[in-house]
Amino acid sequence: MLKSILSGDFPRSRILSIMLVLTFIGLAVAPFMLSGARPLNTAATICIFIVLVASYDLLLGYTGIVSFAHTMFYGIGAYGVGLALDAMGPSWWAVFTGLASALALALVLALMIGLFSLRVRAIFYAMITLAVASAFAILASQLSDFTGGEDGKTFKVPEILSPGFKLIEAEIFGRSIDGKLLTYYLVFTACLLLFLFMLRVVNSPFGRVLQAIRENDFRAEALGYRTVVYRTLANCLAALIAALAGALMALWLRYVGPKTFLSFEVMTDILLIVVIGGMGTLYGAVVGAALFIFAQNYLQSLMAEASEALAGVPILAQAVHPDRWMLWLGILFVLSVYFFPTGIVGKLRNRK
Amino acid sequence: MTTAVVPEHPVLSTHGLTIRFGGHVAVNNVSAEFRPGTLTAIVGPNGAGKTTYFNLMSGQLPATSGSVRLFGEDVTDLGAPQRTKRGIGRAFQLTNLFPNLSVIENVRLAVQSQAGMGLNMVSLWSRHVELMERAEHYLHRVAMADQRDEIVGTLPHGNKRKLEVAILLALEPQILMFDEPTAGMSVDEVPVILELIHQIKAQGDKTILLVEHKMDVVRSLADRIIVLHNGFLVADGDPTEVMSSPIVQEAYLGTGVADHV
Repeated sequence: MLKSILSGDFPRSRILSIMLVLTFIGLAVAPFMLSGARPLNTAATICIFIVLVASYDLLLGYTGIVSFAHTMFYGIGAYGVGLALDAMGPSWWAVFTGLASALALALVLALMIGLFSLRVRAIFYAMITLAVASAFAILASQLSDFTGGEDGKTFKVPEILSPGFKLIEAEIFGRSIDGKLLTYYLVFTACLLLFLFMLRVVNSPFGRVLQAIRENDFRAEALGYRTVVYRTLANCLAALIAALAGALMALWLRYVGPKTFLSFEVMTDILLIVVIGGMGTLYGAVVGAALFIFAQNYLQSLMAEASEALAGVPILAQAVHPDRWMLWLGILFVLSVYFFPTGIVGKLRNRK
Repeated sequence: MTTAVVPEHPVLSTHGLTIRFGGHVAVNNVSAEFRPGTLTAIVGPNGAGKTTYFNLMSGQLPATSGSVRLFGEDVTDLGAPQRTKRGIGRAFQLTNLFPNLSVIENVRLAVQSQAGMGLNMVSLWSRHVELMERAEHYLHRVAMADQRDEIVGTLPHGNKRKLEVAILLALEPQILMFDEPTAGMSVDEVPVILELIHQIKAQGDKTILLVEHKMDVVRSLADRIIVLHNGFLVADGDPTEVMSSPIVQEAYLGTGVADHV
């Protein structure tokens, strides 16, 4: 049963298993454990980034494709749902219309980028994706009548997902069963299913071919695999999943904007998480996204507390001043890449 | 099985095959035909164009001019995957494997390609027991069943060469191309591979092409020898005849490969 759900891809490390189970339980019960908007927002972001990063790992870690267009597909999903809800009003019909057109656009773009440029060398492919993604981001902020420009757009979601909605009057474990909670579980469930689907894909015969292409595309060709076809399919699959992740994020935030969905910062976040978690293993996306998003949201407040506690100590108090949280985040990244070149998962699996 | 008296139609042939790298013509106007049930050794000094000729036939390199026909079909414009699907299998000279995957996984990828299952995204690869069994069978044939789960990158050179052969067999090709299959192998590993090639030849229906430096190997296996020199086909025919022809003597004695003779 578990083997079938996890597609026979077990964590193969006790510490990793514990981390994964804790992350799963933490995300599953987050709305009941924590009060306030921020923790729940962190939990939802972790869920969505697990899927987003895992879909990127399909490209980078499994197939060996370096793409910088992943945020574009994420943005397409978000804008699709957001603009449709904005234009058509808060209905499920709008969500589906927006999602369907976003998926179609993502598929067409991924197919085109793939067929035109996956034949060329990796570095050129990376450059092409970078160019297309930048063009798209500029387009999104320039077409301000349509997309809301730099400010983006806030919109209403279907009533059942809106914060004002109450499913039942009673509270459960001190938590009212409102639209926000329902949205959280929609995000959580969708992300869990998408993650398990990707786990299945990488452990299917198709997934093995992707790994073969990463290892030695020349030989994969000699075995009879047309690598362009496989690379393009991987590209499309990753794009569709990224678009779905974007749609979920838009529903969660009830907002779309270029900074949140299309900026290059999101792309570097994805890259960092893949590298920190471990390339070529989807569990790396889980561990990496959980740690990274948590650090991004809480390092500053942790440092504020540390700074207060060290108020008497001259240099230390300055060093951990909350204004310097970005510096410390950077140092943490450098250290983690230095000490875990194969990522956290790679390190844990090699401990034996 | 005895050699067929009436020569069958060639399964593989090249016609005026040429490839030019800038000013250098690596393979120059080479025409040859290969028939089922035969083993042809391709010999020649280093840099003669033997491996390049192989690459042109199996599709790793595109020809500058000339053509390649496979089972009567012109495949000159087809890439390596399409030619592999049509029954041409290749073992490489420089080991060319999937280094971070296990031994069995390397072979299974070939089996999977042969079974046409590469695009299956939803079933678990480990559920395809029949593919796994076939992969194990081929590992067994090269006496590598014990190394089944080792990571290929960590194998000693000789085992990589044997694995290369197992992958070739797993493609179940009609035409088998071995590029110096025993190079760099230890003395006790060589007979396993030679015996294997011998067995395949004895089946009588496969076409085998062999690039080989070791003349004792060529003598014991080949029905026919093709000599390449500076990209040209300089001799083609019966082994004893070819080896004693003056042009071959000259080509070989001039380069020091004669040490192997």
